[in-house]
Amino acid sequence: MATVSVRQYHRGGFSFENCKRNALLEADINKLGFSSPAARKTGTTICGVVYKDGVVLGADTRATEGMVVADKNCSKIHYISPNVYCCGAGTAADTEMTTQIISSNLELHSLSTGRLPRVATANRMLKQMLFRYQGYIGAALVLGGVDSTGPQLYSIYPHGSTDKLPYVTMGSGSLAAMAVFEDRYKPNMEEEEAKRLVRDAIAAGIFNDLGSGSNIDLCVITKGKVDYLRPHDVANKKGVREDKINGRPETGNYRYKHGTTGVLTKAVTPLNLEVVEESVQTMDTS
Amino acid sequence: TLEACCSRAWTSCFNSTSIMAVEFEGGVVIGADSRTTTGAYIANRVTDKLTPIHERIFCCRSGSAADTQAIADAVTYQLGFHSIELDEAPLVQTAASLFREMCYRYREELMAGIIVAGWDPRRGGQVYTVPVGGMMTRQPVSVGGSGSSYIYGYVDSNYRAGMSKEECLKFTAEALTLAMERDGSSGGVVRLAVVSEQGVERQVILGNQLPKFSTV
Repeated sequence: MATVSVRQYHRGGFSFENCKRNALLEADINKLGFSSPAARKTGTTICGVVYKDGVVLGADTRATEGMVVADKNCSKIHYISPNVYCCGAGTAADTEMTTQIISSNLELHSLSTGRLPRVATANRMLKQMLFRYQGYIGAALVLGGVDSTGPQLYSIYPHGSTDKLPYVTMGSGSLAAMAVFEDRYKPNMEEEEAKRLVRDAIAAGIFNDLGSGSNIDLCVITKGKVDYLRPHDVANKKGVREDKINGRPETGNYRYKHGTTGVLTKAVTPLNLEVVEESVQTMDTS
Repeated sequence: TLEACCSRAWTSCFNSTSIMAVEFEGGVVIGADSRTTTGAYIANRVTDKLTPIHERIFCCRSGSAADTQAIADAVTYQLGFHSIELDEAPLVQTAASLFREMCYRYREELMAGIIVAGWDPRRGGQVYTVPVGGMMTRQPVSVGGSGSSYIYGYVDSNYRAGMSKEECLKFTAEALTLAMERDGSSGGVVRLAVVSEQGVERQVILGNQLPKFSTV
């Protein structure tokens, strides 16, 4: 930037040519009557809140593939660094890989600076990467953590815009969760109050949004300590079948009582079998 | 599908915006609303669209949130580097030029309407507008964003050259209030800032404190 030189028009940046090709291929496939596989998305509710001593991040645990639940207990709160965690909504693969890439780069950066990484650094790395891919990486993130400058919370959109706020929600259930936040958020809450608020916000998403469900995971980050509560609340316990007799459920049990079928004759023939020596050698696969 | 990934559902846009900047003797007054929308949902109702580029140079952002944040970060870096090289405060025109360079070169890929405003020792308070497409021009008063359409008449009829700082603040606050009133996609609070030789004074006018106009 500092040198005086003839400006070369540099052709850098990502080439999106294949995206046009993919769209054409998809149209051709559709004409033949087939459909390309749908990306697994986490129709999701994720949220975060800044409270007195730090941040509380929350997420549901349902991963969907179209209208089918692909994973009933997936983990949406991703590790970025010891003091920074990130919830991800959108395409599951994108959120997983993006957070892993930035976590890796942030660890290298932290070794280089000799300091605990800052939330703002993670934010900048994520937004610059997502902007570079112009929204084609479908990752909508809630980034939270505590560093030397205090607790911080960011929401990051797939196109690369970020907002620094005291409370944020993302995902298909974000409207339901935001309704809870707008009603009950107060600045400088205590930890239990904040956890209750986040739990209720995720619950609102789980019970009012079809794309969210199963359990509620929480991550409480304070200065020097992280509580990764998975699950914090099993909001959707799988039911036990009704109608039990003697502890065994009646329906679905096909064992008949002794005496249901009358016995006419009984003959017992013992089989004299040779017991052959048997030894088992285990392979050390460590 | 790829379409689903980059559909409107994800774009955080503040084309739904009202921004404004006014020059006065000794500095500039800049103002903006605080609404960012993704489609019909308000993603952030307390956005700060007045972004510092340098100590006494600000930009008002309208258009795509992602694009304007990325451009502002890039220009902040470039201007900071340039200022260290020069070892003096950068000119507002330089900042505006950097914005124009980027907005014009990548005009097909970007959606950004920016107003650059600030104070420098050479020419005092200045306002430069860089709308979508990448034109740059200096104006004594400039409005932008979707809400600006509704206040061109108010601004043209009420602006006078030589207003004081307080008059400019009142003028900006009233204009933005009118824009927010009529533009469904502008709203929230009014953020104001005064940039002058003395530095930057920021203020927020909350919803219930906005100036009231009689509506029939």
